[in-house]
Formats: sequence, C-alpha cells, structure tokens
Amino acid sequence: MDNSFLPYYLLTSALLFSIGLGVVVTKRNVIVVLMGIELMLNAVNLNLVAFSKNDPNLQGQMFSLFVIVVAVCESVIALAIILKAYEYFKTVNLDEINEVKEM
Amino acid sequence: MIQYIFIAFVLLTVVSAGVVLWSKNVLYAAFSLLMTFLGMAALYVLAGADFLAVTQILVYVGGILVLLIFGVMLTNQQGNKQNVQNDIFTESTNRILGFLVAGGIFGLLFYTFARANFVEIQNGLFETAEPTATTQAIGVQLMTNFVLPFEASGILLMATLIGAAYLSKKNS
Repeated sequence: MDNSFLPYYLLTSALLFSIGLGVVVTKRNVIVVLMGIELMLNAVNLNLVAFSKNDPNLQGQMFSLFVIVVAVCESVIALAIILKAYEYFKTVNLDEINEVKEM
Repeated sequence: MIQYIFIAFVLLTVVSAGVVLWSKNVLYAAFSLLMTFLGMAALYVLAGADFLAVTQILVYVGGILVLLIFGVMLTNQQGNKQNVQNDIFTESTNRILGFLVAGGIFGLLFYTFARANFVEIQNGLFETAEPTATTQAIGVQLMTNFVLPFEASGILLMATLIGAAYLSKKNS
C-alpha cells in the first residue's frame, strides 16, 4: 500500500496541533487546558504513525506508544495537582490561581 | 472508496477538535474530545497501525477522558464559592493573541509541508508493503530493541502511581 495520504495526515496533525495550542492559550479552565495538551500530544502521535507506514521495524509506532505512556502519567499527576489546588483555592480558573506558596 | 472514508474521519477529528476550542461548556468539550480520539484511532487504522488504534481507544477514551470528566465533576461543586459563577462555563481570554500564535504555528507548519516533498522521501525510505497485523512485531520490538524504554516506562508508571496517591492524600 503506498503512502499517498501522507500530506493529508501532516495537514490534519498541523491543524490539531494549532487547535490544541489555541485551547491552551485562550481557555481559562485548568481541565480544558489539559485537554489542549492532550490534543497536541495526539497530533504529534499522528505524525509519527503516518511516517512509520510501511516501516518493517515500526520505529515511529513504538515511539508513539511511549508518548502515550508519558501522556497518561502527565495527565494523572496534573489531575491530582488540580484537585489539590481546587481544595485550597476553591476555583479552577487559572487567572485566580496566581500564588504558589502561602504568603 | 477509501479516500472518502479517510476524508470523513479527518473531518470528524478536526471538527470535534474545533468544538473543544469553541464550546464554553467544559463537559461538551470533554465529549467532543471523545469524538476526536475516536476519529484519530480510525486514522491510525488507515495508516496501518492497528495495535496503536486499539491502544488509543483503551488509554485515551477509556482512561484519560474518564479521568478528565471525573476532574470536571469533582471541581464543580457549587455552594462553597463566594461568587455564584459556575466553573462548568469556561471563559476565554487572550483571544487575539491565541489566534495569532496558533495561526502562526499553523502557517509555519503548512509552509514547511507544502515545500518539502515528504511522500517521495518516505517512499525512498521504505519499500511498499502489504499491511499486516503489527501486534507481534510490536511485542518482539518491545522485548529486543526497546527493552530499556519499556522498563523505564514501567518505572515511570510506578512513580506516577506513588505520586498520585501521595498528592491526593488528605492534608499532606
């Protein structure tokens, strides 16, 4: 099977990366920002998978498998931190969470 | 035939990612993220990565998304807030700056992809092969060439488990 879809995969992943970046920059809810980060990681994975088509060693797919593992760890720890911050600040709005340490 | 399916899944992925960007409600954003992940799993299948598509559905849809929705539910208890505003509606700031940054990145990537002939380069790297099941090849690779990252990711998962349990402890 030839790889004629490759430019469209790249275009899709560029679009998804830009949308994820826009979500991270504009949204003020911490959980939506986390969703934007997941979108960006997924866009990178799509590139790796598209380039590793026809590869007998599957290096790109292996790399994106490890990216998935790291993304899972990141989102678990981020949610634990978000719950702790919500307990303290009583909000998840990023503009109101503006101090790291109690003054 | 296959290109229409491809276009349909690309549209599903991009449109529901756009809903994440446009929607004000956090839960609507989470559910359209579900459609994005499903469309992306279909794109993985069309690229010949069947194991990765199943992993995507298992890990993202079954794990991360449920975790995110639990996060939304746990951080939206009304009544213990001074202002009456509900956190399920997220406002957006820096709209112009965000549009500029995201559009700039997209323009840069599009310019690069349009100028480089990736199809020819990639066709020169690998011979065209019939798509087969990748599960066995991934298992063999994990136990031979990638055994060090495999063990390291095991340690990372363990550290994550301990860290999450420690962080979510009461009054630590």
